[in-house]
Amino acid sequence: MGVMDLLKKTPINVSRRGFLAGAGSLVLATSLPSRPVRGQESEAGPDVPAFLELRPDGTAHLMSPWIEGGQGVYTAMAQIVGEELDLAPENFSVEIAPPGGPFGVMGGFRITGGSASTRSSYTLMRRLGASARAMLIEAAAQELGVEASELTTEPGQVVHSASGRKIGYGALAEAAMDMPVPADVALRDPADFRYIRSGTPRIDVRDKSTGKAQYSIDVEVEGMLLAAVRHAPRLGMAPSAVTNQSDIEAMRGVHSVHMLDGAVAVVADKFWQARKAIDAAEIEWTEGDAKWPMPADFSSRGFRDTLAGFTGDVVSVESEGDAAGTLDAAETVIEATYDAPYVVHGQLEPPSATARMNEDGSLDLWLPNQAPEQFVGRAAEAAGIDPSQVKLHSQMLGGFFGRHFLYETANPFPQAIALTQATGRPVKLIWTREEDFLRDAPRPLGLARFRATVGPEGPTALSIEAVGEGPTGRWYGAPAGKDPSATEGLSGKPYAIANKAIGQVYTDNPAVIGYWRAVGHSMHDFMYESFLDELAEAAGLDPFEMRLSLLSGSERHHTLLQTVGTLSGGWKAGTYEAEDGSTRARGVAMASPFGSEAATIAEVSIDGGEVKVHNIWTAIDPGQIVNPAVIEAQVQSATALGVSQTLAEELIYENGEPTARNFDLYSILRPDQMPEVHVEIVESGAEMGGVGEPGLPAVGPAIVNAVAALTGQRIRSLPLSKHSFG
Amino acid sequence: MQLTVNGTSHEVDVDPDTPLLWVIREELGLTGTKYGCGIAQCGACTVLVNGVATRSCVTPAESVAGQSISTIETVEETETGRRVVEAWVENQVPQCGYCQSGQVLAATALLTETPQPTDEDIEYAMTNLCRCGTYNKIRAAVRDASEA
Ligand code: FES
Ligand code: FES
Repeated sequence: MGVMDLLKKTPINVSRRGFLAGAGSLVLATSLPSRPVRGQESEAGPDVPAFLELRPDGTAHLMSPWIEGGQGVYTAMAQIVGEELDLAPENFSVEIAPPGGPFGVMGGFRITGGSASTRSSYTLMRRLGASARAMLIEAAAQELGVEASELTTEPGQVVHSASGRKIGYGALAEAAMDMPVPADVALRDPADFRYIRSGTPRIDVRDKSTGKAQYSIDVEVEGMLLAAVRHAPRLGMAPSAVTNQSDIEAMRGVHSVHMLDGAVAVVADKFWQARKAIDAAEIEWTEGDAKWPMPADFSSRGFRDTLAGFTGDVVSVESEGDAAGTLDAAETVIEATYDAPYVVHGQLEPPSATARMNEDGSLDLWLPNQAPEQFVGRAAEAAGIDPSQVKLHSQMLGGFFGRHFLYETANPFPQAIALTQATGRPVKLIWTREEDFLRDAPRPLGLARFRATVGPEGPTALSIEAVGEGPTGRWYGAPAGKDPSATEGLSGKPYAIANKAIGQVYTDNPAVIGYWRAVGHSMHDFMYESFLDELAEAAGLDPFEMRLSLLSGSERHHTLLQTVGTLSGGWKAGTYEAEDGSTRARGVAMASPFGSEAATIAEVSIDGGEVKVHNIWTAIDPGQIVNPAVIEAQVQSATALGVSQTLAEELIYENGEPTARNFDLYSILRPDQMPEVHVEIVESGAEMGGVGEPGLPAVGPAIVNAVAALTGQRIRSLPLSKHSFG
Repeated sequence: MQLTVNGTSHEVDVDPDTPLLWVIREELGLTGTKYGCGIAQCGACTVLVNGVATRSCVTPAESVAGQSISTIETVEETETGRRVVEAWVENQVPQCGYCQSGQVLAATALLTETPQPTDEDIEYAMTNLCRCGTYNKIRAAVRDASEA
């Protein structure tokens, strides 16, 4: 079964009945076609009236299939549609499209994730703009009593050159919207692009600089109550009693106390009142019946050791030549085990959901999400109503990074639904940061075992076993060997190594695992590229030069690596003294995530026993681009997360519970830890790749390789903060 | 208690230990001030109390009764605040935007007090977290908005 077929099957594991129609997943992470998929390319033109409203004031309102969460997708959509419509992006307003209808543009479903939004809807959005432009021209032709073929456009107006007459889009808007959508329209020659490929400013930046931007947590519904919850400290336990319930109920503003699945909730007039009351609640917990109960003796450290020692079937993911035979015959085999920890999403907006049951039996839901149709299905099930009765209002995301997919026990909305049903009032439920940490679906702790042998030119055989489970296996049933999230970054590397065998050894991860920015790549490229440096050292080769020679057969990668070398002022091996007197060294790494290519060089020193990252140089090749300013911003952002997880992030479990519950015991990157980031975009003309995640995976290994060059210490287990550097 | 927020005095009836953050958001309906951690780690809840950047999630409302509190909603009413906002837009700082009310106010407080900050001044004053990693753009915007 191919990956795209897997996507279409009913996902498992989140709801007891499974999702309703049209669910998809990040399984497409590495394998999503960027060309339109079947269903998108219908004979009739795109559904212009559903997506686009031309307004009398000359602006356009666009329904975006993708949710905005800082990645700039609303601006990119406005640029692409505006290019063909001949309307400047600043004249667009953009809103998230409601569930259903024609918005499942990935072939009946959609997710905002996998760095897939722009590339998967690029052609559709162009056709949408072009069709709407043709409708405007047709309306103008009737208005002016001329042939459509005599008309052309300038930004925001239709022009009749012969007579010099012009009509603004605003004046034509109403008539144009009534025109039939043309079946086939010509698209603009990319050589003439004005908005696509330009660094158009993002359309929401002013609102976000003045506090006007609204998020799920800001939703206000008439008559609503506010709710706070406390979850069982260990997933799988259930509340048996609140021993001081009557005291809690007597607290100021408190409306009621509710026992939920694995949690207790307080509903009150105000959130702070609910929070204060839930904090005061004395709850007795007992063993419950969660789908993924955490074992009471579970520790992340113990689990790491379990994975390291786990033996099971190796399901092949990628192979070439005879790795096993070459390794058996080799005199020296280099072996290493690498691991990376659980990490939380840490999006700055804590999760929330507002629910209202209406008199007609329908449900309104306001929440953050990356997959509206999936949420509708699960909400309908939670409310016991038909999906057609669910009205989902997707809110702008205060960060996401994979946090707002549908995961069992990680989304607040089923609780909000239970509370609105129990109280008969609209309820806004906010999870405190502590509850977010407790029930986040962290990136799985991952581990891989490497064996290799080298010759004078570099590696001649490489065997890798990725041990564990990926989120796509968990949530969509991808079997071992067919779950990209479990191996991407170990597989799919561009280096010419004659004998290689890469496989997955499946074993359950007890935690409720999720997608984290760059998914499998976020840790696997660290493992692979670090081990590659170990092989360079074993072969007595420079890591940069060895990579160049392993890439001699791939012009795209070879060029990219040289580009980042040049960007950094020329590759520097070994240690050197910087202007500020610190001793520094550099490391290099590459990654091939989400249809794009990235090459990164990091520069580090040791400051007070800790690693300090001074500079990150990244050359990124997304094939084709829409907005270079957005790409640069996304590389900055991905770099920040990459540095953060490499330096300090680690969600530790002891006794089945995470030990950190907020940013005090779990550090995320601080401003003073942010390196300077230098980005060069290479537009190779290859198929369009993603940009939200690809800047991340090469950052970690570049840092770790730089640390090895500087200190001689080879770090095989992240984060760096748990190691000491004299 | 009496709270003076954005130049207007409000009589609010809350428990005295209620954090200023929740009074601003829930009693006054000003949602530009954000909740991120509740324990003074992130700075999303930053407001100005007598011009000083203050993490309102750990500031009991009664402790600032009678003092001058201003929030992001009125940041553009001062010359410095306006300059900061323009620099934020010019540098395209925000990504998800959730931390940015706090970042803008922290910068406004810094530049009001120190119109020409050194790099160390900036590092010392701009400590709010941004999960989207907009730190380099923030630094550039603060420099642009300074009178240097
Ligand atoms: S919410 Fe106040 S510092 Fe984080
Ligand atoms: S812009 Fe998203 S947290 Fe700062």
